[in-house]
Amino acid sequence: MIKNIPFAAMVGLCFTALYFFVALFAPLIAPYGMAEIVGEVWEPASADHWLGTDNIGRDLLTRMIYGGRTTIFIATMGTILSFVTGSVLGFLAAVLGGWADQLISRFVDLVMSIPSLILALVILSVMPVTVPVLIVVMGLLDATRVFRLARAVAVDIAVMDYVEAATLRGEGGAWVIFREILPNALSPLVAEMGLRFIFMVLFISTLSFLGLGVQPPMADWGGIVKENKDGIVYGIGAALWPAVTIATLAISVNLVADWILNRTTSLKGGRG
Amino acid sequence: MTDPLVKVRDLKIGATVYPPNAKPHDIAIVHDVSFDLERGKVLGLIGESGAGKSTIGLSAMAYGRGGVRITGGEVWVNGRNLLETTNSDLRKLRGGEVTYVSQSAAASFNPARQIMEQVIEAAVHQKKVNRAEAQKRAVDLFRTLGLPDPENIGSRFPHQVSGGQLQRCMTALALCPQPDLVVFDEPTTALDVTTQIDVLMAIKAAIRDTGVAALYITHDLAVVAQVSDDIMVLRLGNTVEYGTTDQIINNPQEDYTKALVSVRSIDHEEKVPSDKPLLRVENITARYKGTNVDVLSDVNVELHPGQTLAVVGESGSGKSTLARVITGLLPQTAGDITFDSRALPRAQKARRRDDLRELQMIYQMADTAMNPRQTVGTIIGRPLEFYFGYKGAEKRQKILDLLDKIEMGPEFLDRYPAELSGGQKQRVCIARALAARPKLIICDEVTSALDPLVADGILKLLLDLQKREDVAYLFITHDLATVRAIADSIAVMYQGKVVRYGPKSGVLAPPFDDYTDLLLSSVPEMRLGWLEDVAAHRKMEAAGN
Repeated sequence: MIKNIPFAAMVGLCFTALYFFVALFAPLIAPYGMAEIVGEVWEPASADHWLGTDNIGRDLLTRMIYGGRTTIFIATMGTILSFVTGSVLGFLAAVLGGWADQLISRFVDLVMSIPSLILALVILSVMPVTVPVLIVVMGLLDATRVFRLARAVAVDIAVMDYVEAATLRGEGGAWVIFREILPNALSPLVAEMGLRFIFMVLFISTLSFLGLGVQPPMADWGGIVKENKDGIVYGIGAALWPAVTIATLAISVNLVADWILNRTTSLKGGRG
Repeated sequence: MTDPLVKVRDLKIGATVYPPNAKPHDIAIVHDVSFDLERGKVLGLIGESGAGKSTIGLSAMAYGRGGVRITGGEVWVNGRNLLETTNSDLRKLRGGEVTYVSQSAAASFNPARQIMEQVIEAAVHQKKVNRAEAQKRAVDLFRTLGLPDPENIGSRFPHQVSGGQLQRCMTALALCPQPDLVVFDEPTTALDVTTQIDVLMAIKAAIRDTGVAALYITHDLAVVAQVSDDIMVLRLGNTVEYGTTDQIINNPQEDYTKALVSVRSIDHEEKVPSDKPLLRVENITARYKGTNVDVLSDVNVELHPGQTLAVVGESGSGKSTLARVITGLLPQTAGDITFDSRALPRAQKARRRDDLRELQMIYQMADTAMNPRQTVGTIIGRPLEFYFGYKGAEKRQKILDLLDKIEMGPEFLDRYPAELSGGQKQRVCIARALAARPKLIICDEVTSALDPLVADGILKLLLDLQKREDVAYLFITHDLATVRAIADSIAVMYQGKVVRYGPKSGVLAPPFDDYTDLLLSSVPEMRLGWLEDVAAHRKMEAAGN
């Protein structure tokens, strides 16, 4: 198994694992406290502060580590929420068909017709901006995309004879969805999950940059860009570090997702 | 002495396989096959799926499909060894000297271009015939092949002619460049039996009139016996027997050939109907949602406990629709269904669990009838758990009993459908239906996707199970040989109506109505000269009328 992984996927897997490891154990790894002021404003990199300090003199490496923890946590939770809601609704629409399908699908179309960033900004400007609210808003908005995919995949599976056989046996919806359809729809959904996770990272970073995401003094990558963006004018590179981490995380997760997609859609294996 | 048109010596064909958990390696598909084909003669290649018959046929054009390579031997066509010919010379040969007729004409014609354009293309490009000449030839061929309105049919598009006509157009396409050799790859397999006979007659007439040589590939020995001079029986890439048609049919030497010749020789005594039918279908009319055409109109049939009712008809006759109505997937618009002396609700959702349990279904394609992600144990075990609540060791024991009934061992318990052969898959589907202890099993074309010998095994198993479990079958099929083998009573369907219905002995005995007569006389028989007899008979009748 391990030796069959192509080089690109291996690199992606290593980097992704590294990011998640750092996010999980942030308090143990970070050299300073998250909001601790330890130096002058925008100090250059030194032995004490490997990436320098930020706009009010906090250690930038510490901020990046804690920021990664927040960003990855919110993105992961949002992705899970969007997949659970999106795929359950998508399967339901495919299995029920008729007016139930029309109702759910047209509602999703309605939500999708409004750009999700603008919709999120509107909702978050009237709601208290806390981490759970962010997760729910982002997760539900993204669930519309997952719904589309899940429904398309499930519609193909729902017409198979083995699903008809289960229906004829008198099985309920839960068995049909979770035991007949889900196992056969899992691989395209898992591959899509990798891509959607990165969109989540970008989404939360965008929101934070605009000031409607994670609130200070908590750190997250979008927020770090926002706090340090003025430094760019004076040649301070602090705002660029989050860009580097977001880019590398995006590339590595996509390398893994590509590999899963290749494995599961190859002609030799079919959906297997 | 002149050389034969085609001379194949020690042909070896191989391919590379990519198993999931092992290194890619090469396998041999065809082992040392040799044959000769004279001008104007027809050689039949016959075998089950995987026998390598299509692969050998395509090798006459030096072509390997989907990664298949010719690895050794010689293929001489018109005095040239094709394996030592350059690609550009091969391109001139293909479509010019050697042409090809595929199984599915519908999938092989370009739907966006008129038939005539496609029929004359090879002649114009490969043989440099001018267009007017090629069109004249095509019209002649259309006439030879018995197509209606031969002058104008070429200006139609492929979707504007029927499946049987399109298959004949494809034969015209192959013959138009006046090739020396035509490769027919299962040209009638996808057709209804009543259409098949017309196409067969047309192909035979065209071969005779044009004097072309042909390789005729099929899995149906009865069909190949009608058109070929010599027959080669293949199995797993090896030559089993090679001889004249007369010798193969009347005096087969090898056990495998004997089995092929005597296939469908199951003897089945018709049972006497009891006084109380298990299933009574009365005045059923049904149509699909959003249409105003009745797919079934006024259908009446009865089925007695422990017996078999065969529903026969060509595609589109409504026989599968009848199954959907009985199972409740398509509620009827009028009429009643009585099952085990109680009325069945029209919609499947409104039926009692016992009704669902006692009425099981087996599908044509075992591949799609089983969830590829469930093991054989789960597939068979689920009805046991669902209907009877068996769990753990008890359930396991019941599954093993069922596997035993379908003549499969306990080692299959943890296998996935992809790890089974076609016949084994269908057996597992039978076991799943049996697990519910049904009174009636609807069998929808359960043997038509299987090779003849495997299908024979399945039919024997079904009959055996019927004896032991006293289960009734509603057997939907287009194959009259199957019907003869298993039915107690027969319903012949045509355009949504039952045109003939009764006990087997009555339905299969004269006097016949027109449609049943056509259907019965169209089933290929395993003897020489059958096709000529039918043709002569029909001509006489037409003259008499």
